[in-house]
Amino acid sequence: MREIIIIVLSAVLVENFVLTKFLGICPFIGVSKKINTALGMGGAVIFVMTFAAAITKIVYDLLLEPRGLDYLSTICFILVIASLVQFVEIVLKKMVPPLYKALGIYLPLITTNCAVLGAALLGIERNYSFGVTVLFGLGAGLGFTLALVLFAGVREKLEDSDIPESLKGFSISLIAAALVSVAFFGFQGLF
Amino acid sequence: MGVGKILSNGIIKENPVFKLALGACPALAVTTSAQNGVGMGLAATAVLIGSNTVISLTRKLIPEKVRIPAYITIIAGFVTIVQLLLKAYLPELDKALGIFIPLIVVNCIILARAEMFASKNSVFSSVIDAVGMGAGFTLALFIIGSIREVLGNGTWFEMNLTANLFDSAKIMTLAPGGFLTFGIVIGIINKFSSTKVEHKGCSACPTPCGVASKEKGVDA
Repeated sequence: MREIIIIVLSAVLVENFVLTKFLGICPFIGVSKKINTALGMGGAVIFVMTFAAAITKIVYDLLLEPRGLDYLSTICFILVIASLVQFVEIVLKKMVPPLYKALGIYLPLITTNCAVLGAALLGIERNYSFGVTVLFGLGAGLGFTLALVLFAGVREKLEDSDIPESLKGFSISLIAAALVSVAFFGFQGLF
Repeated sequence: MGVGKILSNGIIKENPVFKLALGACPALAVTTSAQNGVGMGLAATAVLIGSNTVISLTRKLIPEKVRIPAYITIIAGFVTIVQLLLKAYLPELDKALGIFIPLIVVNCIILARAEMFASKNSVFSSVIDAVGMGAGFTLALFIIGSIREVLGNGTWFEMNLTANLFDSAKIMTLAPGGFLTFGIVIGIINKFSSTKVEHKGCSACPTPCGVASKEKGVDA
């Protein structure tokens, strides 16, 4: 139990994908203007990331590694993620319409989210067991959502602030992200 | 379009990082030193030249509906080639760039050029476009990497530069320094250029998110 908590918490806080590993910067800047959209995007990412980590782990362990094909993992993983996103979209649409309504529009944006592929690749690189890989994917997704929602709060405040003309927009978002990132460095000595 | 125009378009007018705000992940993650920045830039350029060539060659063969999966597969193939070459010949750079080498697959710049240029133009122009865009990407990473290495480590290409003059600020080579440097560089570019750098979120990369967001109206 203790181990599980440590894996999830360190993926959420200490190794936060966005703020310390620079994975998924595009959606982090792009979809963080409002807290509501940030929550929707975050939910979709948690969902896909957990499943992607689990499925890529199975593909790697059962298909690629025993046959010495691990150099194909990049190609396989991106195809797995792309089809998984499509599959999740279809299943949600049929089975759980309310959830589809909440997450649906964000799903197609996830294929090229490098955090998803990153989580899959990191899990393999670190030789996690299947259970740990799934938890790692879940933790990484939660960390992504936490960063996105916190940052959306900051962005909503930025809207009403007096900012020098040339720093407005993308530039000030990055500078604000630097400060949020400094805050996350405080978790570094947690474990 | 002439060769010179395509080239300068990629390097200056539509610089992928500084003007279109694409490829922000590698631009932040691997730019802890100028050397790593240039290494990443060249690796991505190699992939871009390969993918643009093949996509331009097959542009009349790939059906419209399955073009995105086809592009992604072609790109992933070239990424794997670059990955293996780096492992064999430049193991140190491979270690420094780590997971960001396989992540070139999802680099928006490459998919964007496939969709916007290579799928519509001749092989020759596509290669020139890849060289120009790749050079622009490398230049951007080189600039960010240089600033971070000089301020954070006091060195430049591992040559001692300012380390004896003042204490270097270690934070510049860590995550916050990356965001800060990129943000301020974009601010300076805004100040001196006529058009503003605007991050268009996922709609900046035309596919698959751009298409989806246009169709479904995501407020990114």
